[in-house]
Amino acid sequence: MKTFRDSEHLLRFALLFAIVFVLFLVVRHFVVPRSFGEYGHYRGAAIAEIAARPIHFAGQSACETCHTDIAATKKAGMHAGVHCEACHGPLASHAANPASVQPPKLDTAVLCVRCHAASAAKPKNFPQVAAAQHSGGLACETCHHPHSPAIQGGGAK
Amino acid sequence: MGGVEGYMYPNEINLYWSVLIVVYPYVTGLVAGAFILASLVRIFNVREVAPTYRLALLTALAFLIVAPLPLLLHLGHPERCFEMYFTPHDTSAMAMFGYVYIWYLMAVLLFEIWLDFRQDIILTARSSTGLKRLLYRLLSLGSNNISEHALAVDERAGWIVTLIGIPSAFLLHGYVGFIFGSIKANPWWSSPLMPVVFIFSAMVSGIALVLMVYMFTTRVRGRQIDMPCVDTIAKYLFYIFIIDFVLEMLDLVHRIYVADESFRSISFMVHTKLYFSQIVLQIYVGTLVPLLLLGIIQITRFSPSVRKAIYVVSAALVEVAVLSMRWNVVIGGQLFSKSFLGYTTYKIGLITHEGVFMAAFLTLLPLGILWVLVKILPPWPERKPGFNHARDASTL
Repeated sequence: MKTFRDSEHLLRFALLFAIVFVLFLVVRHFVVPRSFGEYGHYRGAAIAEIAARPIHFAGQSACETCHTDIAATKKAGMHAGVHCEACHGPLASHAANPASVQPPKLDTAVLCVRCHAASAAKPKNFPQVAAAQHSGGLACETCHHPHSPAIQGGGAK
Repeated sequence: MGGVEGYMYPNEINLYWSVLIVVYPYVTGLVAGAFILASLVRIFNVREVAPTYRLALLTALAFLIVAPLPLLLHLGHPERCFEMYFTPHDTSAMAMFGYVYIWYLMAVLLFEIWLDFRQDIILTARSSTGLKRLLYRLLSLGSNNISEHALAVDERAGWIVTLIGIPSAFLLHGYVGFIFGSIKANPWWSSPLMPVVFIFSAMVSGIALVLMVYMFTTRVRGRQIDMPCVDTIAKYLFYIFIIDFVLEMLDLVHRIYVADESFRSISFMVHTKLYFSQIVLQIYVGTLVPLLLLGIIQITRFSPSVRKAIYVVSAALVEVAVLSMRWNVVIGGQLFSKSFLGYTTYKIGLITHEGVFMAAFLTLLPLGILWVLVKILPPWPERKPGFNHARDASTL
């Protein structure tokens, strides 16, 4: 009994520890979302929320359904692997309603250098230019056809 | 591009880990070092350093409270830090560290301090009135038993807590080294020696800090500095500093001998951008000079006043060395490109939230907290109940 009386104060500290731990569990119960850990180390309900968001991209096949001529030009050129919406932006609204929603006109002087500005980090065989020296500020489409950009026989394709 | 030499990948031009990430391992290291000094008394029975025992514990607590602040300030959204406690991921070293931190704070430091000061707290509560009495009653957690047997229980429990505390202190600071050592993409950091070097430099910095704080506070209080105490601390500082220095040199020699693909780049950096902070500040001024001074003291007998002056100078230089080491690791590791073809420059802010002023504030803040702690729980040896000057520290 004497031993307990003289070590009872240690239990007080242990109790403080226990109270803090229980408080932690209570707070955790309220702040951690219910669906956390349902599928993995994230909030399970996030999947349904993301899936419910409106889709902004129409997809390559939707573009090709109407723009068959451009699709054919593109397929024959260097940009065959570049999807339409990579340059034109997300156009699901245009695909759903072609008459009333028109895609914005693109400025090729700005658009093309996003990929083709010279950088030592890019592979050597990737076409890249220092735009200011290469075109002197002219829009790229003055010489290059954006859908099939290689210049053959001196004319724009 | 300004500040960039040669070729850098775009994401390497600006440093992501700022001076606050330099302060973080520095402050954490001081905690571990101060605690190891305290453990010398309890576990290793080095009675000469007993006058610094309680001060070392309070110093460790003051710095531990501040340790996460540089991280929180650096990351922004400090309220999110609780996420790592609520939903920890076992692959996140940072989350695991959060638990080590809480364990160290609650189960080791607070418990040990409480046990050691319990008698003082109860006696103060008994002899005071009003709010002060209430505060000390709260601190005692309502216990009022300071019988001889109860104090013997405290002593025994304190010994066990310190024993658990030593590996915990190593774990706390070993983690900080681990964070850097495990980044395999960065050859300046990726080394299994990193946690070990961090622990030893932590011990050195913590011991030097407590030495300085003890000498300063004793002087301010108009008391005599206990020379056997500071002589012994300086001796341990000297021995541990030698191990720390040898480990760092081993790492350096290993890098030079292996000379892998990163070596040319790192060697260039050490000879240019890091020359002042690594070669001049860390190695010459911060390590060789104090080692020489402390070494001379071991073989020659100077007067106490000369020894005290040498200890203060050496301890201050040790702090310069360890802070420089943290700087060289954290900032140095981000100055060169992974392509090994270029170097960038760290532009430190002044009044920004990650600038010089904030770093200095966070480094000095623990001293302010220590001041408050010392006011609440005076750690002075002569205040310890039953202290006898004739028997001096041997009773502690």
